[in-house]
Amino acid sequence: MKAAVVTFPGSNREGDVATALRQAGATVTHVWHADMELPAGTDLVVLPGGFSYGDYLRCGAIAGRAHIMDATRAHAARGGYVLGICNGFQIACEAGLLPGVLARNANLKFVCKRQHLTVERADTVFTRAYAKGQVIDVCIAHGEGNYIVDPETLARLEGEGLVAFRYADADGRVTVEADPNGSLNGIAGIYSPGFNVLGLMPHPENLIDSLTGGTDGRGIFESLVSGKKAA
Amino acid sequence: MKARVTVTLKNGVLDPQGKAIEGALKSLGIDGVGSVRQGKVFDIEFTAGDKAAAESALKDACEKLLANTVIENYRVEIGA
Repeated sequence: MKAAVVTFPGSNREGDVATALRQAGATVTHVWHADMELPAGTDLVVLPGGFSYGDYLRCGAIAGRAHIMDATRAHAARGGYVLGICNGFQIACEAGLLPGVLARNANLKFVCKRQHLTVERADTVFTRAYAKGQVIDVCIAHGEGNYIVDPETLARLEGEGLVAFRYADADGRVTVEADPNGSLNGIAGIYSPGFNVLGLMPHPENLIDSLTGGTDGRGIFESLVSGKKAA
Repeated sequence: MKARVTVTLKNGVLDPQGKAIEGALKSLGIDGVGSVRQGKVFDIEFTAGDKAAAESALKDACEKLLANTVIENYRVEIGA
């Protein structure tokens, strides 16, 4: 698994996600937002968390139009994998890789805490190391994570099983109380129709070592590495 | 030539910032406020004076960057 982690001005989680990928066995290259091309043989493009361009205009709006995103869209169109985490999810939506918008949290608060999620399906390249319905304990840290999309697209996401993760309580109950930001249907992450692009607000890369709070985030990186398509 | 682009949230999209401002206005005792929706204004200066070209450039700018048309509407006004 050859991963390219993109750094935008204001990204700040590129080092952590690179650590998580390397721990799982991936080869990681750092890529700059103004680069025109991805490294040859890239399997996975990672859009990391942070505050690209200071969240000016809208979160992810300016980064979503960066040169490297043209190459990333082409990569995704070829079936290549793309993982957008937090600001990376916002960038993926703004770049048209995923539908919808991450709007200001409904309660207007920046939420930074541990959060349980349900793994909606375990048959994708991003989640095969988990079990379907598994409840995982990860971190969230965002001010704009309120997933909004038009009713038709929401129905399509639900109908095609494109919801990847939902905010839940410790017992896996998806409730309004467990939803930290007002997202529709408790949506914490979604797939593209081909299941090769995943965007999620939570930070799995924070939970990869028991020394720093847990290992529930490892599954995503392990899934990706062991799920590499045969060359 | 000056132009102004106004970007507003579509009806029905939750605007928590507008709600907070609405609450603040009410707590200041400003009478008669029914509701508040917050938007953005961009003042853009064009180097050339071609109104039609500016209008089409601004529409392009709104569709590509200034507005997220999933949740926002935009309005373009071109001045002198």
